[in-house]
Amino acid sequence: MALIAASLARRLGGHTVLDGIALTLEPGRLCVVIGPNGAGKSTLLRLLAGIDRPDGGGVILGGAALENMAPRERARRIAHLPQTIAAHWPLNGRDMVALGRLPHGARLEAPAAADAMAIATAMSRTDTAAFSDRRIDMLSAGERARLALARVLATEAEVLLADEPVASLDPAQQLAAMDALRAEATRGAIVVVVLHDLALVSRYADRVVVLAGGRIVGDGRPSAALAPDMLERVYGARFEMALIPVAVSDRSRAG
Amino acid sequence: MRGVNAALGVFVAVLFVVSIAVGPTGFAPLGALSDMLSGRDAPMALILVELRLPRALLGVIIGAALGLAGAAMQGLLRNPLAEPGVTGVSATAALGAVLTFYGGYAGATPLALPLAGVVGAASGAILLLAIAGRDATVATLILIGAALNALAGAATALVLGLSPNPYAFYEIGTWLMGSIADRGLDHVALALPCVALGCLPLLLARRGLDALALGEETARGLGVDPRRMTLLVIAGAALAVGGAVAVSGVVGFVGLMAPHAIRPLVRYRPGASLVPSALAGAALVLLADIALRLLPTGRELPLGVMTALLGAPVLWQLAWRARRSGQTPWL
Repeated sequence: MALIAASLARRLGGHTVLDGIALTLEPGRLCVVIGPNGAGKSTLLRLLAGIDRPDGGGVILGGAALENMAPRERARRIAHLPQTIAAHWPLNGRDMVALGRLPHGARLEAPAAADAMAIATAMSRTDTAAFSDRRIDMLSAGERARLALARVLATEAEVLLADEPVASLDPAQQLAAMDALRAEATRGAIVVVVLHDLALVSRYADRVVVLAGGRIVGDGRPSAALAPDMLERVYGARFEMALIPVAVSDRSRAG
Repeated sequence: MRGVNAALGVFVAVLFVVSIAVGPTGFAPLGALSDMLSGRDAPMALILVELRLPRALLGVIIGAALGLAGAAMQGLLRNPLAEPGVTGVSATAALGAVLTFYGGYAGATPLALPLAGVVGAASGAILLLAIAGRDATVATLILIGAALNALAGAATALVLGLSPNPYAFYEIGTWLMGSIADRGLDHVALALPCVALGCLPLLLARRGLDALALGEETARGLGVDPRRMTLLVIAGAALAVGGAVAVSGVVGFVGLMAPHAIRPLVRYRPGASLVPSALAGAALVLLADIALRLLPTGRELPLGVMTALLGAPVLWQLAWRARRSGQTPWL
């Protein structure tokens, strides 16, 4: 049950954002997409999620083209975490996570047992149970981001696409979030994550796709993608290996 | 959630009975009911069927239509100011109805008036969406709504001013301020189908409105098509508001006030606020209509004046409470 992107192209406002993207994403693996700002990472994720239509090529999940899939079925099978989460109404934390069960036909006021279970599990894995009854406009950006991650986990989808899920998290919570995404891959999901933190990339990625100028310029094991000359070519900055403190385990959760 | 609906339902039922019992003539509802059921054409039965019952029924129907349309429009546009009255949809509905009325088409077929109201409401809603665009800010929406309101109001006044009917200027007040006095069961028959038909798509939109709470991108990811939601809500609101306004004229504030009063009780979920907002709207219109009959003002005040008098302090109180607890002004 692979997710396949075939010669994807997307133009936005007369500008080619993505061109000739070919990817085959396999279950059980955590694929990280890196690349400079404006490389087309978010657009790629939206196309893979089926919430944006490509100008060329297509996306196929398990042999079925996304564009022919009913929106609700697509949403049940592919969970997408956008980079910015708008909060238009001050929902409470549990209701925000419960929205992840909407594609399963869950009702916010009376979730069925399976829905309630998925919501509770997702919240415990992101350490957000304490925000259940708190208004999301009263939480910090990082706390809201963890609830947003819990929302996509609650969907229990075959494909999980997360756009910079750890950007506003502290080092311990970054590990917790990446552990949760890793666990999704382990249970057999296709997981694609956009990251900028190269330490996290080397630690968690099974596969790294390097995107630059709307094209794939690197695709393989982290050691190859994170080689200083590759990074220099892509980001236009000089890189060297350095020793800095890097969080290695989230003790508050382990203990 | 169920508790909120049940409590509001009981409140509306009580107000409905009070509305039937209150009026210039001393009146015993039970006596009238037994008169009516036994087929006697006693004056009490006539007052009940010809005056009091339609008035109370219209209070419920129009209040529910405005409350529900307000809650759905606010959910769709994710904007606490979107409401048929503020956005000019009520005013364009009234203009449609007045045009039909004075063009002499109202008598041609009983469907002409509500139909014109619906067409007016729909054109107002479509114009608003077309000019404001999808990502309209609060300020843009208020500005365009205010312009639409003023334009439709002026056009309504113009039509009435041009008409040879000497009572035209008195009618302006009715159409721009709203009233459900002196309506008959035929008016109920005009408004009810439109409102019922309009409420259907609005209620169908409830899950989509929940998904839109986290923005359009998230909603799409959850399998909700925002364009379909726009269509459902605009069509539903135009039908419900158009049908209501064609009979009552513009009753302001209900669609704005009812959802705001309800939202804290349903944990701000846009879908869950729909039905309680309809009930709260019905309660507000019944309450206002009862109050204006009890006030010793000589001539009855227009309904829209009373809903504003009752509604404005409630909104201020909600805003005040939100400000004091340091919350973002979602009200």
